[in-house]
Amino acid sequence: MSRRGRPITSPPRIVAIPAVIALLFLGLPIVGLLFRAPWSNLGAVLTSRTSLDALRLSLVTATAATMVAFVIGVPLAWMLARAQFPGRRLARALVTVPLVLPPVVGGIALLLAFGRRGIVGQYFESCCGVTLAFTAPGVVVAEAFVAMPFLIITVEGALRVLDARVEEAAATLGAGRLTIFRRVTLPLLAPALVAGGVLTFARALGEFGATITFAGNLPGVTQTLPLAVYVGLEGDPSEAVALSLILLAVSVGALVLLRDRWLRTGASA
Amino acid sequence: MNSSASFHLFGWRPSRGVARRPHSRLARSALGIVLAPLLLGGCAAHSVQPAAGSIAGSITVFAASSLKGAFATIGAQFEAAHPGVKVIFNFGPSSGLATQITQGAPVDVFAAASTKTMDSVIADGEVKAASTFAANSMEIATPAHPTRSVTSLADLAGAAIKVAICQQDVPCGAAALTLFSQNRIRVTPVTQELDVKAVLTKVQLGEVDAGIVYVTDVKAAKGAVIGIQIPAADNVTTTYPIAPITNSTNGSTAQAFVDYVLSDAGQNVLRAAGFLSP
Repeated sequence: MSRRGRPITSPPRIVAIPAVIALLFLGLPIVGLLFRAPWSNLGAVLTSRTSLDALRLSLVTATAATMVAFVIGVPLAWMLARAQFPGRRLARALVTVPLVLPPVVGGIALLLAFGRRGIVGQYFESCCGVTLAFTAPGVVVAEAFVAMPFLIITVEGALRVLDARVEEAAATLGAGRLTIFRRVTLPLLAPALVAGGVLTFARALGEFGATITFAGNLPGVTQTLPLAVYVGLEGDPSEAVALSLILLAVSVGALVLLRDRWLRTGASA
Repeated sequence: MNSSASFHLFGWRPSRGVARRPHSRLARSALGIVLAPLLLGGCAAHSVQPAAGSIAGSITVFAASSLKGAFATIGAQFEAAHPGVKVIFNFGPSSGLATQITQGAPVDVFAAASTKTMDSVIADGEVKAASTFAANSMEIATPAHPTRSVTSLADLAGAAIKVAICQQDVPCGAAALTLFSQNRIRVTPVTQELDVKAVLTKVQLGEVDAGIVYVTDVKAAKGAVIGIQIPAADNVTTTYPIAPITNSTNGSTAQAFVDYVLSDAGQNVLRAAGFLSP
């Protein structure tokens, strides 16, 4: 049967039908958002106090959550990929839990651990007067809990496929462990770090369930953009749509950054 | 990942001649999986509609979170009174439910925690007229094992006291703000929760020292929180309207449910839950 130049590996034409359904299914909600956006008073909504507060808080907390993920997540990824220690499999499974856990459940779990009556949180309160719940740092905790696994898994995966011989070569030339990590491993990991970082940032930015459960909802303090969108939906739906546009813009921006990175690594590999 | 790797994932070994067959079989079964629910869904949408005027089939009732306990009981009684009838509830913040209704959610009855919310749905043409079926007032809920002592409304102004209220677009949030302003106390809440049950949860977990909830919520919590009553003269009362949705597909059953809530039987359940008569 002649395929008139179509390679044999390309799918049969009938596959195009469900594929188009899938594409429409994913695309139409975004079209709806753009179509129904209150373009005429968009400026007023976006520059309102609530919106600006929510945008600023979202950017600050998502950035902080990403930084937390880098500071403690990357070392964990390194250990998981390269170190032999008892319970490593359990640790790896634990890292994936926030990925599959409904975020609201994550929020409740965070309250029971770090809340005022939580198993750890009660000591924060009594020893240092520190409370996380209902504060901006609480938002960072909720976001980091949900988003950090994206960085850990991306970096761990990259570390495991990294050619260890390059590092061994550096070792034979007299470099110490930290020097090798800094001068050899880290540059090789850079694409994975960027990809994982962007994913983590995007996930943190969109976090809703764990944030509202653990950190509550107070404009200017813990009300991030997704929360403002939800609350807006109960009061002024057009405001919710306008705020959704900002989230969409920031998320797509992150995605474009990520795609660029992937394309570049694809070309170099 | 190259194409042979992806074949291995499905358990096929790529070999010349047979390579195309799994392709088309995969396509056919995938198409079946995609289309089956669409077709089934299409059928379900045209499922049995009760004859006009009869009380049958199922109805969907959107109701304010604070009605949860009482309406669950009323729903069960209504179902018992009309065998074969099914009442499906969706409890949530009144204003959120109102938004869903104006966005075309398939709903037959709406019961809100404030006339303002119901008025917005009436203004949108989704409801013709509503009847008031209950009233409620506010109470301070404190944890069963409080860390900081709260004994009156005035205590909520203390800087060390963590207070949770509903967000202001929700009736219980609007009531809390009115409560604070008419008693001239300045309260800075640590959180504005999405609905009254979320406020209650935060109190129950001891994350806040006090929450402004409805009298009925404290009663429904059955000792999980300690209620501090607000003197009637200082308190805020909210009224609950109920109405069948104009373009309900099961209007007669929707009207029957509304009538049941307004009947003595329905009112008794509401009184028992602590609601006031309208």
